[in-house]
Amino acid sequence: MIEVDNLSKTFKVYHHRKGFFGSFVNLFSRKHRNVQAVDRVSFTVARGEIVGYLGPNGAGKSTTIKMLTGILVPSSGHVTVNGYIPHRQRKENAKHIGVVFGQRSHLWFDLPVQESFELLQRIYRIPQAQYRQNVEMFDELLNLGDFFQTPVRQLSLGQRMRADIAAALLHNPDVLFLDEPTIGLDVVAKARIRQFIQQINAERQVTVVLTTHDLDDVERLCKRVILIDNARLRFDGELTTLRRLLSTERLLSVDYAEVYPDVSIPNAHVVYQEDARVQYRFSPEEISAADLIGAILKKFRIVDVSIQEPDIEDLIKTVYEDNLTLERKLGESLSPDA
Amino acid sequence: MHHLSLYFHFVKLRIRSQMEYRLSFVFELFSQASISVIDFFMIALLFNRFKQLAGWSLWEVGFLYGMIGICFALAEMFGRGFDVFQRSILRGDFDTILIRPLGTFYQVFSHEFLLRRLGRIAQALVVLLIANSQLTISWSFTKVGYLLISLMSGTCFFIGLFVIGATSCFWTVQSIEIINIFTNGGVFMGSYPFSIYRWWFRHFFTFVVPLACVNYFPSLFLLGKIESLGASPIGVVLAPFAGFLFLGITMLFWRWGVLRYQSTGH
Repeated sequence: MIEVDNLSKTFKVYHHRKGFFGSFVNLFSRKHRNVQAVDRVSFTVARGEIVGYLGPNGAGKSTTIKMLTGILVPSSGHVTVNGYIPHRQRKENAKHIGVVFGQRSHLWFDLPVQESFELLQRIYRIPQAQYRQNVEMFDELLNLGDFFQTPVRQLSLGQRMRADIAAALLHNPDVLFLDEPTIGLDVVAKARIRQFIQQINAERQVTVVLTTHDLDDVERLCKRVILIDNARLRFDGELTTLRRLLSTERLLSVDYAEVYPDVSIPNAHVVYQEDARVQYRFSPEEISAADLIGAILKKFRIVDVSIQEPDIEDLIKTVYEDNLTLERKLGESLSPDA
Repeated sequence: MHHLSLYFHFVKLRIRSQMEYRLSFVFELFSQASISVIDFFMIALLFNRFKQLAGWSLWEVGFLYGMIGICFALAEMFGRGFDVFQRSILRGDFDTILIRPLGTFYQVFSHEFLLRRLGRIAQALVVLLIANSQLTISWSFTKVGYLLISLMSGTCFFIGLFVIGATSCFWTVQSIEIINIFTNGGVFMGSYPFSIYRWWFRHFFTFVVPLACVNYFPSLFLLGKIESLGASPIGVVLAPFAGFLFLGITMLFWRWGVLRYQSTGH
């Protein structure tokens, strides 16, 4: 469905001289440096998959999405979506994809939602029966009826996002690109949108590529995640694999009976110390939890202990901070093409 | 056919949203018309004193004025999308355009329609009709057709200028102001016979920016003043088509700008 092969994008960033004279000089000589936004990224997505495309700000997520949707032309490498090359067959590709950017609406600001939808019906030449069926279904799942006659500019963020996602699906696209679809939404609104994405994916086999900062989104929607950092692909595989790879590190929180000046324990790393509360990070390969607690009990008096599994946020942070470790672990436990 | 019916749908929506505030709409319609009445009154005052300008009478100049006024107002009405393109590119709306299964030029063109320019069109048309009643033009079917083609061509010419201004936004968001010299300045210059301008100026606005081709040369033909010019009569008669050509070239420029956007992003 989506094939990305050695995809790269380099931007030229121009250095602008300031002031009147500077802007005059800019006309004739402009210094620039190249910024690699996406660097030789390859992956494929099969029909009906939901893939989380994750990474910190500026990692190259949006640039990749823009190349998949035909907004940007790659500097090198190949992309096909539904067999179309997005930047060369932009209009053809556009008929078969739906795009939602969480930060901005694709609807007409001054038109009521219904009229925006009718306009899209005309633009995509959606047959009346299909249009009516879709609007009915989306209304049922997203309660569009509450604000169907309201101009888009008057919608709340949650309503706007519901309208935008429904609008992106009116023409029955095969692929749905969602760029931060739950950004800024409250818990209820997020849950509703997640449920909708799940349902659409299950019922229509719509392939979904999702970028997000919200790890709840990932946990609830994506079996598979692709991690990108500093323009490079860092991980591509099942979410559970990622968790297994990294969950070797655990956290032990201890409440001591009194404040000790030196709380260090061999094979455990002090994450923080705040009065009598100390958190250790340890790897079960080096020291078991029981041995660690035993070592602590020998030296100090304690009130309480607890062991935590790291959540995905921590996992991903670890990946970013410590790429080498991950790559080493990947090398040991995964086949090369995973 | 699809594009055409979709275009009318867009126009319908635009008109309706502009009519939402009916009073302000009517007020603007009239204020625009009256401002441009004063505009022509200034020219009339000039003629009260001098009677003639390079062999042109007041009503002959009124004919020029009416033509260029209609063209510019029509261009503002239809080419509004390019006129305000700077705003939409700053908002990041161009990404939205690129994810739709329609051409970029078509989408920018069809997204806006400024109905209130009707006031300006009406005023210029009135000046043109009064001028006509004071002049003795022997109207034939051909001449009426020629006038309509010239008006369309002039409209295309000004839309082309808006397209250049819009396209320059793909490189920089600041340089757009310079295009106003040609649009607003063009209306002013085009209101007077070109023979009063200097040689280089006339040639620049004939062969590079073909303002004279859509207004001055057609008027020469319609007013029967073609002999007064040294140029070839066939060239003069064919001149209005330069406006269509100009728009075509700016459309190629637009395409180049879009390619640039797609390779650099914003």
